[in-house]
Amino acid sequence: MTAVVEAELVGGRPSTSKGIWRDTLGNILRQRNAIVGLTILVFLTLTAVFADQIATHDPEKPLFGIVDKVKKSSAPCIHALGCPADQPELLMGTDSNVRDEFSRVVHGARISLVVGFVTVGFAIVIGTLIGLVAGFAGGWVDNILMRLMDVVLVFPALLLAIAIVAALGQSLINAQLAIGIVAIPIYARIMRASVLSVKESDYVTASRALGESATGILFRRVLPNSITPLVVAGTLGIGGAVLDIAALSFLGAGAQPPTPEWGSMIGQESGRIFTAPHLIFFPGFALVLTVFGFNLLGDGLRDALDPRLNR
Amino acid sequence: MLRYIVRRILLTIPVIFGILTLVFFLGHVLPGDACRAILGERATDAVCAAYNHAHGLDQPIPVQFGNYLAALSHGDLGTSTKSSQSVLDLLIQRLPVTIELGLAAMLFAVPLGIVLGVVSAYKRNSIIDVVTMAGANVGVSIPIFVLGLLLAFIFAILLKGTPFALPPSGRLSPGLTIVPLATSWGLTDWTGIPRGIIEFLSNMYTFNALVTGQWAILGDAIRHLILPAVALGTIPLAIIARITRSSLLDVLGLDYVRTARAKGLTERNVVRRHALPNAMLPVTTIIGLQLGSLFGGAVLTEGVFNLSGVGRAIFEAISSRDFPTVQGFVLVIAIIYLTINLVVDVSYAFLDPRVRLT
Repeated sequence: MTAVVEAELVGGRPSTSKGIWRDTLGNILRQRNAIVGLTILVFLTLTAVFADQIATHDPEKPLFGIVDKVKKSSAPCIHALGCPADQPELLMGTDSNVRDEFSRVVHGARISLVVGFVTVGFAIVIGTLIGLVAGFAGGWVDNILMRLMDVVLVFPALLLAIAIVAALGQSLINAQLAIGIVAIPIYARIMRASVLSVKESDYVTASRALGESATGILFRRVLPNSITPLVVAGTLGIGGAVLDIAALSFLGAGAQPPTPEWGSMIGQESGRIFTAPHLIFFPGFALVLTVFGFNLLGDGLRDALDPRLNR
Repeated sequence: MLRYIVRRILLTIPVIFGILTLVFFLGHVLPGDACRAILGERATDAVCAAYNHAHGLDQPIPVQFGNYLAALSHGDLGTSTKSSQSVLDLLIQRLPVTIELGLAAMLFAVPLGIVLGVVSAYKRNSIIDVVTMAGANVGVSIPIFVLGLLLAFIFAILLKGTPFALPPSGRLSPGLTIVPLATSWGLTDWTGIPRGIIEFLSNMYTFNALVTGQWAILGDAIRHLILPAVALGTIPLAIIARITRSSLLDVLGLDYVRTARAKGLTERNVVRRHALPNAMLPVTTIIGLQLGSLFGGAVLTEGVFNLSGVGRAIFEAISSRDFPTVQGFVLVIAIIYLTINLVVDVSYAFLDPRVRLT
């Protein structure tokens, strides 16, 4: 289905419009970055959805008594690639608690994607509301809200997040909350800026003249016109959120063991980098791939959705 | 110009007050018991009451906040509840480590990033451009701690025994010690602020070794700095390269550049004399912003490479609920960050006269 649309749009003349949604989709599919990013993310999403089927073992339980001759922190062993047949076949080896690393990395995709979406979703909702109110109300309301956002922005994000987690207690939920709070100003600023630019436009004046209420104007006129920058910032933001939450978990301030979260897995095994580097490499690679996917898609979306770049 | 600078400085005052308030209340209003974090879980109520009284923790929160501000106005950042050292002394020990690391990271990122960005823009769509931009995309996606651990693995294990081997932790090899500046300059009788400044400079090992000519130590300190600096500098490097490229491409499309070309200038001179200076404006802003965000990355870098800088100090202080240390350190970092932003804004006004008018 997508392939048909893609072929049709890529082949078509750019000057003929086929409606806003198909034009947009065509613009996105013409971006090489966006396609690569989207492919990576589809792959990760499938991994996350079918994690239970893909994983070969329980990600949180040691393999003692389940797999014969299993050792802790053992290197990957794949029989087809020349690993001796008398050793158990484990795609990514075991971690220092004799858990199956492959199953943990697979389940980590589920955690990282959910965590990224929820965190950024939270930041976008709150940030958008703050930005809408600040931009629309103006005056002292605007001043107080935006100065508050400035204060949050003055702290290095990760340090502020660590402080918030320390105050609330160390858990994955609190880490998400902390990273979400730290990200609010970004979306508030974007929203406020687009409200300010849309507020004075003729069609908003027209709606006002027609007697539309302030909330009606806000949600029916202003918000839809501000979606583009939010989508772009949000996509890039998910990559950042995944990275920051992994960093918090790496420091022990986010997901707690035995949760198969990539950052926490790396943090738990960082002392074994010299003896069992695969325990850093596999979750590290998964993390890079995820963030890379969101960054590429975000860049592609920005190029596709920003009409000023359509030269 | 002066009015612009004054207004810009005045605007930071409410922000500083906001920072003070936020930092203070974050530490005090939210749950957690400083007394039991310090004296142990089994400290009796009576012992805790005495401890809280001695540290003024039994007073109402607004009074504590007032006391904190009053002490601060005398330059007193408080005393660490964990180590009983003054927070200022701790800062003098820890901050130079992070500043040295941050400067080294930027020394790696800024020149290389600008050069890569300029070359990519100049040779647009060439193989150099494609590889650099793909590299930049990967560079911003690698978590500092993963990159740090990988670098440590490559340079300390895989390349062990070769001339490229680099140490994966600490600031100096075991057995080496650095002579403090106060000793080498015979200033051990100095006290107060001048002494603090000397101690501060002394703790930047590369600076200390350079000015006193301790060459063996200088070499060793630099070798220890390389891996952490590369780990911390990779994200800024990628961002600077991307911004330089896109900003230079924008400028190269402008009319005055066409005029310069029409005058018959060589392409090299067009880029170097006409396009580059204007293209550097957004790059300055990004460098300033990256400098500030280095403090966040420093927590991770210092953790991976076992360096005792401010990032780790704050993390440790938060874990042990050492409020005065957290407050003092975060306050100083936020003020450094604000100052950097201020300098960037003001330099922007120097570089681009249009900014002053708005």
